[in-house]
Amino acid sequence: MLKLFRYMQPYRNAVLMVLLFTFLQCLAELYLPTLMADIVDIGILTGDIPYIWRVGGFMLLVAALGMLCSIAASYLAAKAASGYGQILRGRVFTHVGNFTLHEFDKLGTASLITRTTNDITQIQQVTIMMLRMMVIAPLMCVGGIIMAVSRDTGLTSVLLIVLPVLALAIFLIAKKGIPLFKAIQVKIDTLSRVVRENLTGMRVIRSFNRMSHEKVRFNDANEDLTATSIKVNKIMGAMMPIMMLVMNFATVAIVWFGGHRINAGHMMVGDLMAFLQYAMMIMFSLIMLSVMFVMIPRAQASAVRIQEVLSLVPEIKDTDKEPAATGQKGVVEFEDVTFYYPGAEEPALSNISFRTGPGEITAIIGGTGSGKSTLISLIPRFYDITSGRLLVDGVDVRDLKQEQLRSRIGLVPQKALLFTGTIADNIRYGKEDASMEEIQHAAEVAQAADFISKMEGGYEAVISQGGSNVSGGQKQRLSIARALVRKPEIYLFDDSFSALDFKTDAKLRAALREETGDAAVLIVAQRVSTVMDADRIIVLDEGRVAGIGTHAELMENSRVYREIVASQLSEEEIA
Amino acid sequence: MSDKKERRGHSGGGPFGGPHGPGMPPEKAKDFKGTFKRLSGYLRPHQGKLLTVLIAAILSTIFGIVSPKILGDATTLLYRGYTSGDGIDFVAIQKIMLWLGGLYLLSSLFAYIQQYVMASVAQRTVYDLRKEVNDKLGRLPLKYFDARTHGETLSRVTNDMDNISNTLQQSLTQMITSAVTLVGVVIMMLTISPLLTLVVILTLPLSIIVTTVVAKRSQQHFVAQQKHLGELNGHVEEMYTGHKIVKAFGRERQSAEKFEEVNNRLFDAGWRAQFISGTIMPLMGFVGNIGYVIVSVVGGVLVTRRAIEIGDVQAFIQYSRQFTQPITQLANIANVIQSTIASAERVFEVLDETEETPDASAASKPDRPRGDVAFEHVSFGYHEDQLLIKDMNIEVKQGQTVAIVGPTGAGKTTLINLLMRFYELNAGRITIDGIDITSMKRGELRSLFGMVLQDTWLFNGTIRDNIGYGREGATEEEIVQAAVAAHADHFIRTLPEGYDTVLNEEATNISQGQKQLLTIARAILANPAILILDEATSSVDTRTEMYIQHAMNELMKNRTSFVIAHRLSTIKEADLILVMNQGSIIEQGTHEELLAAGGFYADLYNSQFSSRKEAV
Repeated sequence: MLKLFRYMQPYRNAVLMVLLFTFLQCLAELYLPTLMADIVDIGILTGDIPYIWRVGGFMLLVAALGMLCSIAASYLAAKAASGYGQILRGRVFTHVGNFTLHEFDKLGTASLITRTTNDITQIQQVTIMMLRMMVIAPLMCVGGIIMAVSRDTGLTSVLLIVLPVLALAIFLIAKKGIPLFKAIQVKIDTLSRVVRENLTGMRVIRSFNRMSHEKVRFNDANEDLTATSIKVNKIMGAMMPIMMLVMNFATVAIVWFGGHRINAGHMMVGDLMAFLQYAMMIMFSLIMLSVMFVMIPRAQASAVRIQEVLSLVPEIKDTDKEPAATGQKGVVEFEDVTFYYPGAEEPALSNISFRTGPGEITAIIGGTGSGKSTLISLIPRFYDITSGRLLVDGVDVRDLKQEQLRSRIGLVPQKALLFTGTIADNIRYGKEDASMEEIQHAAEVAQAADFISKMEGGYEAVISQGGSNVSGGQKQRLSIARALVRKPEIYLFDDSFSALDFKTDAKLRAALREETGDAAVLIVAQRVSTVMDADRIIVLDEGRVAGIGTHAELMENSRVYREIVASQLSEEEIA
Repeated sequence: MSDKKERRGHSGGGPFGGPHGPGMPPEKAKDFKGTFKRLSGYLRPHQGKLLTVLIAAILSTIFGIVSPKILGDATTLLYRGYTSGDGIDFVAIQKIMLWLGGLYLLSSLFAYIQQYVMASVAQRTVYDLRKEVNDKLGRLPLKYFDARTHGETLSRVTNDMDNISNTLQQSLTQMITSAVTLVGVVIMMLTISPLLTLVVILTLPLSIIVTTVVAKRSQQHFVAQQKHLGELNGHVEEMYTGHKIVKAFGRERQSAEKFEEVNNRLFDAGWRAQFISGTIMPLMGFVGNIGYVIVSVVGGVLVTRRAIEIGDVQAFIQYSRQFTQPITQLANIANVIQSTIASAERVFEVLDETEETPDASAASKPDRPRGDVAFEHVSFGYHEDQLLIKDMNIEVKQGQTVAIVGPTGAGKTTLINLLMRFYELNAGRITIDGIDITSMKRGELRSLFGMVLQDTWLFNGTIRDNIGYGREGATEEEIVQAAVAAHADHFIRTLPEGYDTVLNEEATNISQGQKQLLTIARAILANPAILILDEATSSVDTRTEMYIQHAMNELMKNRTSFVIAHRLSTIKEADLILVMNQGSIIEQGTHEELLAAGGFYADLYNSQFSSRKEAV
């Protein structure tokens, strides 16, 4: 957590001022009992009523000053903590923005989202709490001790005994309680998991008629959680009563010993009253600290998670060099490319070599895990290849700025993903300054114009988050339109037709053929019918090229290809 | 986030429970009174314990409240002894000290008893509630679950329950103590000095004004903060999940700009909300200090006039400090309780959902299930006004295969939903071996079926347990036999832990194809009369696919099968083909019949399974 605090740098002065103002506020708070003691020891004893009024007025002034300091501290603390949250949030977001897919895979998208949102909010909340409460506690504690000593040194010995006892009590209870809190968290997770499994597996559970079995699982988890919760609450329930008891006994001791000291003429009654109040302040601040210490581990966990994100260095960095212009357009070339996923023992792709030129269609086919999607994701440099060379328009992709490289590519991913906004916005995502005509044209080619016109609002119809108001096939067509409007040099279709029915699929591919013109087109596909007419079919098997050629050629000389075809087409159709 | 509430800490509640900031608008329940009453109903079985808690809380508070007055008496004795010059009466003081010690001890003891008893009351109540909800979920029709996200349901079983449990544990007793303290303090103050009491109570309107003004002003900022935070989180979620697209289309800059803009707005609203709500503490502190000063001064003057004792002033100072606290605490608790009732309301909503129609009382069941299935004039739609299936009639004999064909998302699960009676028909009936399925017990009906779907559901447990899920009480031998028949035995044995391999939560430690083999083994073990299979193996490599195919063929022997078909061979050999599109069954017949009809199926067949010239 301390490591993260360096991002608070711009607010360093504000934090220092918070400390200062809090210190002043504490002084004011601490001064009041002394003044009250004066009222008792001087005013009341001598019956000097004007003195009492005077001191009273002065006390009000001190209290008002204390309030002003406290408000000032609150203002600065609010700004510092919120600003800190803002900076941290910005940092993490920009940092994650530079991540490659690999870093996303490593931490998990869902986890990254929580880290950027909830974890930072958590830290921000604890920060303001620390700036307000945690700063007060030690200042009050130390100041209270100083004031108490100044009132009467002898009586302080009571505190010397009481404070360690109090600290010990807090420590012991926390030591017993905190592991139990952790256990509770684990048990809550278990219970949630059982419920989640029940929800996702509802059909299976019911069809296998295993409801009673699931009920037992749930009841076990529920019972377990309840038992632990009762235990922890019983233990933590002792915390407050014990602390109060220690404090109250301390009071009794102070009055008792103080009485003897008064009797011996070492101190005055007002001093004793002030001392009592100081003792209270000290002990309350200790309790406050103990509450803080329970909060910190939670924030600590968040801090660790955020730190983990920030310390992850993106693997791909932009080159500084300006690439030499080659005059080529729409050319993708793999030269003996081998790629290992980071940390993997086996390569995901090995020794891939092929070249696809302008106007050519290259299809990639193969089983799951054969590396089709991996191959596609190397071209926009989502990952860096392990060995070999990958050239786009004759330039090694590592010698291009990522932005330059990607501006030449129109990608249609396997999982169609849309953003919140109108349909036009979503298509325009491919080209920021696309005109309405361009958008409409792209939609027509992508066979999306029909359903768009049927939607309420047409191109201005709003897509909700995650695109839940359009069907899978519609999403795919929109994401194709998004790539088309870009008019890229290289089209990458990563199994992008799977959710389309066959008629649309055929129409779309016919329209695409005209549209793509001189661009290079790479298509990943499952269906043989989709790839049959490509200029070049690459058959992948476990990351290796098991054949390159046209349909006819591959039927001749690739066993793997024949197997794939055989599994999809009937005998007479192959012939 | 409030710093207020931590000032005194929860009475022993530990770090749970989300404190509400002053002015943070609490979530409101729609029917507060009704829900409150209903929730109280759950506490009724614990009446006796609750009474104990109540008494303990009152006693503990009363003992706590009396003590400052007694301590004050000791101070008075000290003062008198000091001023009169005859020395202090330590015998009397010792007596007072012993009294005090006893009171303090009792106060703490009762405080602990209250926490101790409440712990089991609160947790047991929530336990019962959780159990009831879970049982209820078991009785709800699938319609309920299909209509909302799992997260939504899950949050009611976990988050809302947590909320209720925290309130029961902490806020309830806090409310009692606060109320008792308030009353007790006022009484104690009155017995000491009505005049001083009046002075202290006069500061009360001041604190009320301060609280309401601050709350009102901070509320709008809290609302704005919440809104911006929601917007920011939405943006983060979208950008992270769409990361690949953002990168591919080079839109990092725009995304960062939008983020920054929302982040700035969040900062603006955030610090204002934080600051304004943060002023409540100093302001209230000041109001408290005004009371303190007035008590010191007026008390001092009164002492010089011999109207009250010095110890009373000391006691009064303590009382006046305790006076404002329960007021703010009660205000906080009111918010907490409101949001708890809102949580309870959501939980009760689940409990009030309409359940599945109960099983027929005189349930019939085929003795030796053969697997004849018939649809007679079946009509069905997820919405009353949108019928997907109209007057459907089919008859499937034992051992026959029905192929279901159609584009992805054509609603093939609908048939499963009807066959297994996950949904009720709008009209007509479905029979198995001549028995109407609505006259069977659901459990028995479903045990006639075996399902192997693409969406393989396995749970967090060993492979053995997952296969054994197919039939309760299956022996080790039967499990292994099923695995062998499903061609899964081999791969299971190559795993380091074999059958004891624990599948992790998302079952990512085995491949998709292997998962499918396990579900096939599970179905084989269940030995059903009728099968529902999904042939789609798109996410599986060729070799595993072959195994799966073999295993499925094995499984289909002599059983009536409904197959969501992707293979031409399966479709051609099927005894009946159901063609589905957009949720409805649009054609049915054999391969030849349908081709001859020249409809949707013929189109589909021609486009998918024969090569075309114009294709890319």
